[in-house]
Amino acid sequence: MAKQQLLLIGHGMVGQRYLESLVAQGGREHFDITVLCAEPLPAYDRVGLTSYFSGKTADDLSLVPEGFFEEHEITLKLNTKVDAIDRAAKTVTTNTGETLPYDKVVLATGSYPFVPPIPGNDRDNCFVYRTIDDLDAMIAASKTGKVGTVVGGGLLGLEAAKALHDLGLETHVVEFAPRLMAVQVDDFGGGLLKDKIQELGVTVHTSTGTQDIVDGEHCTHRMNFGDDKHLETDVIVFSAGIRPQDELGRACELAIGERGGIVVNNHCVTSDEDIYAIGEVALWEGRIFGLVAPGYQMAEVAAEHLMGKAEQQFAGADMSTKLKLMGVDVASIGDAHGNTPGCRSTVFMDQTAGIYKKAVISECGKKLLGAVLVGDAADYGNLLQLCLNEMDLPGDPSALVAPMSDGAPLLGADALPDTAQICSCNNVSKGDLCAAIDGGAQTVGDLKACTKASATCGGCSALVKQVLDSELEKRGVEVNNHICEHFTYSRQEIYHLVRVGQITTFDELLEKHGSGDGCDICKPTVANVLASCWNDWVLNKPHAGLQDTNDYFLGNMQRDGTYSIVPRVAGGEITPDKLIVLGEVAKQYDLYTKITGGQRVDLFGARVEQLPEIWKILVDAGFETGHAYGKSLRTVKSCVGSTWCRYGVKDSVGTAIQVEDRYKGLRSPHKIKMAVSGCTRECAEAQSKDVGVIATEKGWNLYVCGNGGMRPRHADLFASDLTDEQLIKTIDRFLMFYIKTADRLQRTSVWLENLEGGLDYLKDVILNDSLGMGDELEAQMQHVIETYQCEWKSTIEDPEAVKRFNHFINETAEADDNLAYVRERGQRRPAYEHERIELVEEA
Amino acid sequence: MNSAVTVEWKAICSVDDVLPGTGVGVRLPSGQAALFRTRDGNFYALDNMDPFSHANVLSRGLLGSLGDKRVVASPLYKQHFDLETGQCIEDDSVKLTVYPVRVQGDVIELATPA
Repeated sequence: MAKQQLLLIGHGMVGQRYLESLVAQGGREHFDITVLCAEPLPAYDRVGLTSYFSGKTADDLSLVPEGFFEEHEITLKLNTKVDAIDRAAKTVTTNTGETLPYDKVVLATGSYPFVPPIPGNDRDNCFVYRTIDDLDAMIAASKTGKVGTVVGGGLLGLEAAKALHDLGLETHVVEFAPRLMAVQVDDFGGGLLKDKIQELGVTVHTSTGTQDIVDGEHCTHRMNFGDDKHLETDVIVFSAGIRPQDELGRACELAIGERGGIVVNNHCVTSDEDIYAIGEVALWEGRIFGLVAPGYQMAEVAAEHLMGKAEQQFAGADMSTKLKLMGVDVASIGDAHGNTPGCRSTVFMDQTAGIYKKAVISECGKKLLGAVLVGDAADYGNLLQLCLNEMDLPGDPSALVAPMSDGAPLLGADALPDTAQICSCNNVSKGDLCAAIDGGAQTVGDLKACTKASATCGGCSALVKQVLDSELEKRGVEVNNHICEHFTYSRQEIYHLVRVGQITTFDELLEKHGSGDGCDICKPTVANVLASCWNDWVLNKPHAGLQDTNDYFLGNMQRDGTYSIVPRVAGGEITPDKLIVLGEVAKQYDLYTKITGGQRVDLFGARVEQLPEIWKILVDAGFETGHAYGKSLRTVKSCVGSTWCRYGVKDSVGTAIQVEDRYKGLRSPHKIKMAVSGCTRECAEAQSKDVGVIATEKGWNLYVCGNGGMRPRHADLFASDLTDEQLIKTIDRFLMFYIKTADRLQRTSVWLENLEGGLDYLKDVILNDSLGMGDELEAQMQHVIETYQCEWKSTIEDPEAVKRFNHFINETAEADDNLAYVRERGQRRPAYEHERIELVEEA
Repeated sequence: MNSAVTVEWKAICSVDDVLPGTGVGVRLPSGQAALFRTRDGNFYALDNMDPFSHANVLSRGLLGSLGDKRVVASPLYKQHFDLETGQCIEDDSVKLTVYPVRVQGDVIELATPA
């Protein structure tokens, strides 16, 4: 049977979700799919649009997995706007002059921003806030302007205000209604939100309508309000709500709602059974859903229906939201305004602390109907579950909003039914999480990877953790992170014991807090913690027996028992003379030589007894150990930057050397890699490192917790436009906090993914010093820096230590006689087993 | 017929040559051994060759205990070997030769088949 023609009109977040759902169900077997997208880019994360201002690129925001269209043989036509649908002929025509036949059409055209009919609204530098193009235009306009104004104080308007504020403009918000976020919060909540936002330097004008926009005296525009008031501004952004983009449906006479929107049934089918509508263009039971989660649900329902499955129906969606607006937590749940007949409210307000909480309770006093939270939305997850699952309140309703009331009726994750939706962005239920835990998931990171729970907005991550802990406990999985049988403590706790108890040796720790003799897990871990805290020479006698062989012999053991030698080449900058020394040493000892990914030189094949003499030559020539063997800072990679590069804006090499010299020798839970790029071309690949620094015209952008290797992770932008001093201070705190809190062998990427509160929490701790430990972290780092010593220099200067490098204790002049090598590409490498047998035969 | 195997005690080094909690390599006429000194001052000796990597590295392994067994961990692939019996904890089919050790005054001696 010939395949049917399916046209998807519009490729936004919901359209992409539709395609993913359809191909997952085998839709490609029945349909040839063509996507018509009016925008020049395929689907991107519109919810995350504001992050475009803080350094994310259009690529970062893209929602389309690489190779998606090719792999599924879907035709994507960008810059292609559909002009008309001919329902009789079953064709559509496009602005590119094409006429395409169809069997089925899916309309996912979304919405457009409503621009109030104010005279002058079409002047230059008047924008809407919807697409990446809009943002680029705003950024360009902000370069010449000083004042920016957003018309509309709703959710998106405040996002736009933040964007203008971040662009360095004096920012105003003009709202016609008497309060901000009129849909989600009440008068008190809106008032408090207004105060908090004004404190941040944004001026809010509520109950203010604009009559017209004309030429300004000091700025580009003058916005005239009633009562002779006016405001001068250079940039205007309209964000006064959305309207469904339903003109295609109107033109071909599909059923349309009175106030717009294409009418759909529970399967998202329009009045024409061959045409579906999903997302913000669709009108279901008289409502438009302007959030992404319901749009995703519609996408799933419509895709299933197309495949002949009718069980799933769209049944409306919860419009509860939680978000951070300019640093202020705001949440709205269910019937936030208390419109239900007979309902009552219980309210907590603390104007000094800037917190407002309201719970709307049913007439019977047993159910939570809705809530408003401003300034502190930590209870959002609990309250939302109480409301959505219509659960009986666990106690006195006032305890829902009262601060820190003892034994607050916090809802245990246990009490939730399996159907409770935990992650609304990705529609993950408690049952889904339980299934993943049954399948072996043991950490929040595991759950995120296999269910997508908390992978979009992250608002549910605390709840996901609660479910995980309670379910693991129920399954009898002992939730312990003890490092081994000798210490019933996690690495973090051991670090704490060592710090607080001023413990300086393994024996002392074992005696006070452990049992048995220790093992190959706890010994190196404790040695590492001791080094992080007190920074003793690792080969000092009490520490000697603790080190993994790599640390004991200060080299990486290779598969034949010999070692590699990696001197530090800070920032990858090396003089010809030093390079010659490396070459001469390699030649003298016939060492296999390779350039590493971290911009230095690795020399392989040194026997244990050769290590001290080789290092003596290197140390005498001015080299230091590169710590390639340790769980410690490896390299700080750099591009050549402004030193030579015609594009470089800052001295990336100089900064890389400064950073590498500062943190060299720092022992940490796992290895640490860093990089510094001299401009946004990012040739040093800093965004794949634990700490990445990228030069901007205004300073340094700092990225953290990236990783290459087995589980690549793109680093997160942590802070922008830092001065040299701020950069160092921030990295000091970040690294020390990681060392203090990470698990054994946990890279920064995994650490962050498992950190409760995630990136926002980390920023709070490091940038805003929310735990008040900034000075302490800096002082601890300073101690490590001041006590740095080159471990190889100390070792070759100590005859007792050098003695340990003999292969035999009784025949010190002899070498291991079991080594066999093969020459390959002009260098030697250890023989493989089969080659070894041949070698023996030849001999 | 099975007669008592005669052993030869061979002086290796002095007690102070081996730090508590570490090991050293020993050259034997027949090959290589790894000599260990545990935290409490006892001495043990096993083959130096790690049977999993065929490299002579066990003397550079970390010492410790698993339950009531004293063990050394291979520095390459981290298998554990019982110091008393030479048995590999992770693989029943692998067992190392154990060399008797004694301390004569300040001198450590290893027994090797004569």
